[in-house]
Amino acid sequence: MIDSRFVVAVFSAIVLMLSLSLVVLFLTYFERKALARIQQRKGPTRVGYMGILQPFADAVKLITKEDIIPARSDKAVYWIAPVAVFIPAFVIWVTIPVARGVVLENLDLGLFYIVAVSVFSVLGLLLAGWGSANKWAVIGGLRAAGQLVSYEIPFIMSILAIAVLGQTLNLRTIVESQSQFAYGLFQPLGLFIFFTSGLAELGRTPFDIHHAESEVVGGPFVEYSGAHWAVFFLTEYVNTFTVAVLTVLLFLGGWNWPTMPFEGLAHTVLSMMWLLLKTVIVIWLIFWIRGTYPRIRIDQLMTFSWKFLVPLSFINVVLTACVVFYGLSLWFLSVLSVLILSGGFWLMKKSAGLGSEYNTVTIVSSRELMENVQPIHVADKDVS
Amino acid sequence: MKLHQQVGYDPDSVDLMINMGPQHPSTHGVFRLVIWVDGEKIVKSEPHVGYLHRGSEKICESERYNQIVTLFDRLDYVGNLNNELAFCLAVEKLMDVTVPERSEYIRVILCELNRIASHMLFYGVYGLDAGAMTPMLYGFRERERVQDLFQRVTGARMMHNYIRIGGVKEDLPSDFNNRMVTLLEDLKRGVEECDQLLSGNEMFLARTKNIGILDAGDAIDYGVSGPALRASGILEDVRVTDPYSIYDRFDFGIPVGTNGDCWDRYYVRIEEMRESIKIIENAMKDMPNGETLAKVRRIARPPKGEVFVRTESPRGDLGVFVVSDGSDMPYRVKVRAPSFANLQALQLMLEGAYLADAVLILGSIDIIMGEVDR
Amino acid sequence: MTQQLSEFSIALRETLGKKLSLFPSSILGQELDMIMVRTNPFDIVNLCDFLKNDTELMFTYFASLTVVDYEQVDKTLEVVYHLISLTKRYKLTIKSSISSDNPTINSVTNIWRAADWFEREAHDLFGVFFEGHPNLKPLLLYEGFEGYPGRKSFPFHEYKEW
Repeated sequence: MIDSRFVVAVFSAIVLMLSLSLVVLFLTYFERKALARIQQRKGPTRVGYMGILQPFADAVKLITKEDIIPARSDKAVYWIAPVAVFIPAFVIWVTIPVARGVVLENLDLGLFYIVAVSVFSVLGLLLAGWGSANKWAVIGGLRAAGQLVSYEIPFIMSILAIAVLGQTLNLRTIVESQSQFAYGLFQPLGLFIFFTSGLAELGRTPFDIHHAESEVVGGPFVEYSGAHWAVFFLTEYVNTFTVAVLTVLLFLGGWNWPTMPFEGLAHTVLSMMWLLLKTVIVIWLIFWIRGTYPRIRIDQLMTFSWKFLVPLSFINVVLTACVVFYGLSLWFLSVLSVLILSGGFWLMKKSAGLGSEYNTVTIVSSRELMENVQPIHVADKDVS
Repeated sequence: MKLHQQVGYDPDSVDLMINMGPQHPSTHGVFRLVIWVDGEKIVKSEPHVGYLHRGSEKICESERYNQIVTLFDRLDYVGNLNNELAFCLAVEKLMDVTVPERSEYIRVILCELNRIASHMLFYGVYGLDAGAMTPMLYGFRERERVQDLFQRVTGARMMHNYIRIGGVKEDLPSDFNNRMVTLLEDLKRGVEECDQLLSGNEMFLARTKNIGILDAGDAIDYGVSGPALRASGILEDVRVTDPYSIYDRFDFGIPVGTNGDCWDRYYVRIEEMRESIKIIENAMKDMPNGETLAKVRRIARPPKGEVFVRTESPRGDLGVFVVSDGSDMPYRVKVRAPSFANLQALQLMLEGAYLADAVLILGSIDIIMGEVDR
Repeated sequence: MTQQLSEFSIALRETLGKKLSLFPSSILGQELDMIMVRTNPFDIVNLCDFLKNDTELMFTYFASLTVVDYEQVDKTLEVVYHLISLTKRYKLTIKSSISSDNPTINSVTNIWRAADWFEREAHDLFGVFFEGHPNLKPLLLYEGFEGYPGRKSFPFHEYKEW
């Protein structure tokens, strides 16, 4: 009576959700340890051996916290916002393959589906910002909306370039065709654009101004406590994992490059572990950037997207399309890509005026000051 | 009173009024800043202080002179020894006390160490304001080293109560020289590390260059002093132009900026740390042996008179005005706090700035609410 | 620290001795190692304006404003200004006594903008009214505080807030 395919689908969905939750819990622990090591301290060490049970302690704490809801908030909007952010994060994973045969449902329109679903989280942040009756939340929510919408374009464009290169939107086929050379080798520009816009989509340092503690006191998430906030928190980590896995699948060869040996179950397990290793390296890079860099201002963020990333991503797509259409060697694309990327960096550095002459502080000896009574002004300006 | 009755409320304005209230992760103490924004640009700002007003000046009128030193510790609660020094200098001038040489050197060494600790705190907090989490930990690690030494010498990590009228409370411990040698090496390395982490970072430069520019003429008019004044290009350091203690024996550099923007104010403090290390090294070489406390009565009774003394605290020009009527308690004590005057310039710097820059501009002035409110 | 006059203060005393003839109500004096000028409250603004703009004095830096409460001695409040000249390295104290029943004095905010908050604080804690000050709202005390806590007559140990 009940279709066996339906049972299999439900079962796989449950397995997917559980494994994602486990991965995300591990990610929170991993981030705290990585950041701590950068900051010369140890991170969680008390709960369990080397603090490995810390995420479970965090989860218990967040769930048992009191739910404080502002009195004047719009209740419907306030409650829908976490849901609107949470659902797309998990629904994307329906079509992401982790090995040759391990995927929930491999759509032929895989990339298109991913891009379409990931845009929904913008709505969730806007709802969160408006639903909490708080000026800081509104400001943060608007900033988040502007930021996420602006960085969708380079994100989508770099995915489009990969689609052109692979001549398909099917994720599994894209990874299969990277068995010899990863697409990142042909499109270093695309890799940079995808990674940077992915970071901005996640709202991670250096693009985390919309929910920064010291700026807008948490932005759209300021009035969410306990389990509500746990949902936002978890979603951010799921999205981090998603962006990292997509980077690896699209640009770094996925579970190929090189193809794992053996056949059957051994091959599947090895492929998954190889994919996981590459993903962990990308995630570690994301955490490293978080621990080192300050954040840029919202208008500098938008300038960076619209005036730098968007033109570069268009050039990337056009270049890839030309090379594929005329059947030129793909290494030609790679060389051009690197040249354009370095040219872009040089232009950015020059226009911002940030050379090696940023040091505008001079040191005057105290003896000179003690003997010289009259002129006190160092720069040639008038003191009136 | 409702919020709109407390501040200058204009019911016809379309600007959004935001309250960076007394509880905010980055107002550096209990400080309330009401800002009117038009989109992202700040149109008007109104600072409200007084949340930490403890009536210190009035308390001083009913405490004996040696009890007031503990009160001064708690004014600028980051640069404690500099405050104690200012007060003790004022009373010593009133009583015409000659402080022994050894304790002068000890005072200079400890005050310069306190300056380094205070600037390290500024560095950590400023990095956090800009969004980088790591400078906080690096800055506080260096600060812990200094506070470790303070605990060995004075007995306390923060509220030392060590510099007394006539000298210092007690002599240095026997392992002081060894500890200082390692500490100075660690501090030199620490300052280099902190400098390399943040100062040249493109994102930090983009956030602080040409932000919050304070013109030189405006700076003097508003009574700004210390690193904020030097960053605007004015060469003025109270240790040199109005020398106190034995600072005229030391050769050190005075960092001066050119633009008067946030980056200059930040980097002047980093350079000041390096110069302080040089002063400490020179002082360690020349320190003589001898007593550490002059023969002053425990209950000091300065003769009738008034005195005004200026010192260079890590924040600027700290002035102490003491009026004595001959009894064992002062008649009036007034603290001219540098952060009090520097904070007035905030309104000027915020005009036309972006909302996201407000936090960085406020952080770059480096205020401590303890001395603004007293 | 020494109570002797520094070379700069000696030079200042000479210069002021000549220039203060323009202000007949001002008396030149000395407090320990600082030169002091005592003047009456009506002349304050003119004197300060002169001190700031005169090319041989250039007192452009306003250090502090203090109010000392002599109400129980001779029913006056004494307003003490400390001025610094950065270019010439002079330090100067200006004193002016006002009656404690109706303490009013002209504001020097138009001359040095630094005096703004100092005067607000003096108004808050001592009740001195500064004429011409743009915004004399309470600075350190909360709205609706009654009394002037800086004065000696304010009950200190017996004060109960509620």
